[in-house]
Amino acid sequence: MSSPERRPGELNVRELARWLWRQLTSMRIALILLLLLALAAVPGSIIPQRGVDALKTANWQDQHPKLTPVYEKLGLFAVYDSPWFSAIYLLLVISLVGCIVPRTWVYARAIRADPPPAPRNLGRLPDHASYDTDERVDEVLDRARVVLRAKGYRVRASDRDDDAVSAERGYLREVGNLVFHLSVLVVLVGFAMGGLFGYKGGVILVVGNGFANNLTQYDDFVPGRLFNAQDLDPFSFVVDQFDVDWLTSGPRQGMARGFDAHLRYRESPTADEKSYDLRVNHPLTIGGTEVFLIGHGYAPVITVRDGEGNIAYRGPTVFLPQDQTFLSFGVVKAPDAKPAQIGLEGLFYPTFINMGGDPVNVMGDDKNPKLSMLVYTGDLGMDNGTPQSVYVLDKAGTEPVKNDKGKPLRIDLSVGDKVKLPDGLGTVSFDDVVQWNRIQISQTPGKRIALGGVVLALIGLLGSLFIRPRRTWVRARREGGVTLVEVAALDRSGGGDVSGVIDDVVSALRGAQHKPGSEEKS
Amino acid sequence: MTDAAWENLSNQAVAACGLVYFLALLSHLVEWSSLRKVPVAAVSEAASSGGVAVATGGPEADDAAVRRTEVFGRLGFLLTCIAVLVHAIALAGRGMAADPNRVPWGNMYEFTLSGTFVVALFYVVLHRRFGLQWMAPVVVGLVLTLLMVAVIWLYDPVAPLTEALNSYWLVIHVVSAILATGAFTLGGIVSAIYLVKARRPDTSTGLLARVPALPVLDRIAYRIHAFGFPVWTFAVLITGPIWAHQAWSSYWNWDPKEVWAFITWVVYAAYLHARSTAGWKGRNAALLALLGVATLWFNFIGINYFSTTSQHSYASIPAVRDVGSTSARV
Ligand code: HEM
Repeated sequence: MSSPERRPGELNVRELARWLWRQLTSMRIALILLLLLALAAVPGSIIPQRGVDALKTANWQDQHPKLTPVYEKLGLFAVYDSPWFSAIYLLLVISLVGCIVPRTWVYARAIRADPPPAPRNLGRLPDHASYDTDERVDEVLDRARVVLRAKGYRVRASDRDDDAVSAERGYLREVGNLVFHLSVLVVLVGFAMGGLFGYKGGVILVVGNGFANNLTQYDDFVPGRLFNAQDLDPFSFVVDQFDVDWLTSGPRQGMARGFDAHLRYRESPTADEKSYDLRVNHPLTIGGTEVFLIGHGYAPVITVRDGEGNIAYRGPTVFLPQDQTFLSFGVVKAPDAKPAQIGLEGLFYPTFINMGGDPVNVMGDDKNPKLSMLVYTGDLGMDNGTPQSVYVLDKAGTEPVKNDKGKPLRIDLSVGDKVKLPDGLGTVSFDDVVQWNRIQISQTPGKRIALGGVVLALIGLLGSLFIRPRRTWVRARREGGVTLVEVAALDRSGGGDVSGVIDDVVSALRGAQHKPGSEEKS
Repeated sequence: MTDAAWENLSNQAVAACGLVYFLALLSHLVEWSSLRKVPVAAVSEAASSGGVAVATGGPEADDAAVRRTEVFGRLGFLLTCIAVLVHAIALAGRGMAADPNRVPWGNMYEFTLSGTFVVALFYVVLHRRFGLQWMAPVVVGLVLTLLMVAVIWLYDPVAPLTEALNSYWLVIHVVSAILATGAFTLGGIVSAIYLVKARRPDTSTGLLARVPALPVLDRIAYRIHAFGFPVWTFAVLITGPIWAHQAWSSYWNWDPKEVWAFITWVVYAAYLHARSTAGWKGRNAALLALLGVATLWFNFIGINYFSTTSQHSYASIPAVRDVGSTSARV
């Protein structure tokens, strides 16, 4: 194969690759990539993210039918998993490795190196000082070595027969810088492990009920891409009791505090039962899994009897809090009721008062619980196979039940009340109020690696920022019957001011035989 | 003392320290206005030592004016020191007024009170070391403005902490966030002055001539940022995730508050890089520092109004995070 003639300025593939690599690993590109990363993170804080809040994302998408497909294409609902976000940080990682790893060898050599010899003319350096003394040259230089070593300097060995002492300190700064950058990689590994092998799931448990850790028991479950269901720890627990303190006075009146769920749990079916007080900020750790208390609410116990007198629905029904007063929303579905299906939808007031005809909920504590629901009948849409949320009533095939004035019937119940529905549909009774807890369960492998990485990064950073690498030189020579001593220093980090350093060295050198009057500092 | 008395004391102390900061500001303004009339004879010397350049003499130097600037400069600094002390009392009062007693940074008002305190304290502490006399009016003016914003718009009566905040991590995490915020704010002021000065670096007249030379400004800004960055790293990448893990079950949620803390971190990393990259030194680095403060304060104030998904809304935190949103589909 004959190589084609090359025009000047033309690059072959290899040269192009090398040029690209050099660009990619330059500080300038690292800087630009960092800024790009910052910029790319912005949209995810403004547009709702599916992984952060799926419901909010769905609502947003419903409200913006035009933008949604475009945003979807651009990955704007999952910015931090999107190809373009990943591309930026992967490029940054490559740039970092390409930049830092080759420097490792340079540092490794530099760290063992002797300080370089003194420049010929110390007076030319921007920071220097000088003084005269009657001491002999070798006396001064010997003391300089002692003084500088005591200050943590490494002193050049081959200066023994020279007229100057060269010293350097702060070798660890570069090590700090290296440790910092390499730790960023460690953090990424730990973070990725959590995302790939971990999982996060949640369940709402009515107090008194239990949970066994297998997939079928979760309300929601978000596994990492490489998560294996066999990695679920085989524990189980029961929520025995749940206590809340309600503040009854002060500016945060009505706020709840001191949540405490009393659990009994077993680490495995054969293990001994233990107990734990699960509280906010105090998760329970079982093996590699952690159990968190992240929410609570009320579950009114409701019984629906159908027109034939049979129980069509009975049990605690989870209502979801709508605001900070725990005014809660919920539905009841009784698809097996005869002669017709019955659906209820409405609000639960933990502390109900009637304020001039308006129903108002005063606080979250259940001081005066009240249920207020509308009644529907018809086809609840539960037989056609599409999965339904238990918190939403599908009203498409139903009719509101009317009262005797022809208005939609609202039933208002206190605990112990029972009402008869019109048209022989049956009865509804409100028997009791119990509480529920929302428990989050997750495994986050790699979290210790990530934490260790950041801590290491911080230590490296401190070294990189606060170790001041500097070189200091002391030269002494006889001139006109006295010894002229020159001291100069150079800061290598660009952040320091070395005049203080020079003053220190000079006063340490002169400390033994201070004779005022002969000093001259520039 | 009762809790109400402590709260009252705190409110009065805030008003008092505001007043003293105001007097300090006036005093510095008098100092600077009479400086205008004094020729800058010693700009270069002052530039290297970092102080306000004051004429050292010369036939046409107005001795009375020189003396006046000195007196008012000292007075302003003294008043600032007093204001910082009263400011500290205001913070302590907030903490003592709560039941149970706690650290005074549980909501936006308190965070602003603490943040401005840190800015003022850093300024006072670093005043001699870095010769910060020249930035007095800006710092005092900014602290005063932020305090007024806090009192007028952010005020919240003392209240017990919500459960998620009730953790010793509140002390560690938030104190480091406040320290870093104070440092970055102060550093941002230096960088802003750098940019103003960079437009006419060699000016020998007017107020700008009294500000240290560009390399000195750059170095002071760097030293302050170099303190702030590791503290910020500690706050948002170590203690934040540890606490988030305990309270919300996952150490990094890409919550808007976290995203912006991360953005701030990345911007300051870029700032540190810029200082050692040819072509980015100086002006561009200073611009990055300003971008950093902007993201920092946007995160603190803006995101609360901008985004409703944040779990970090100081203003009103649901008792426990609201439930069932991501889940509850069966
Ligand atoms: C994840 C991305 C990165 C982050 C967060 C980061 C962060 C930092 C920080 C905070 C410093 C300041 C330490 C100091 O001033 O001494 C620094 C310094 C440095 N970084 Fe990076 N960096 C990153 C990527 C890179 C890349 C890709 C390169 C290579 C091109 C690089 C090269 C350097 C160098 C050479 C220094 C030392 C500068 C000096 O001596 O002042 N960094 N980095």
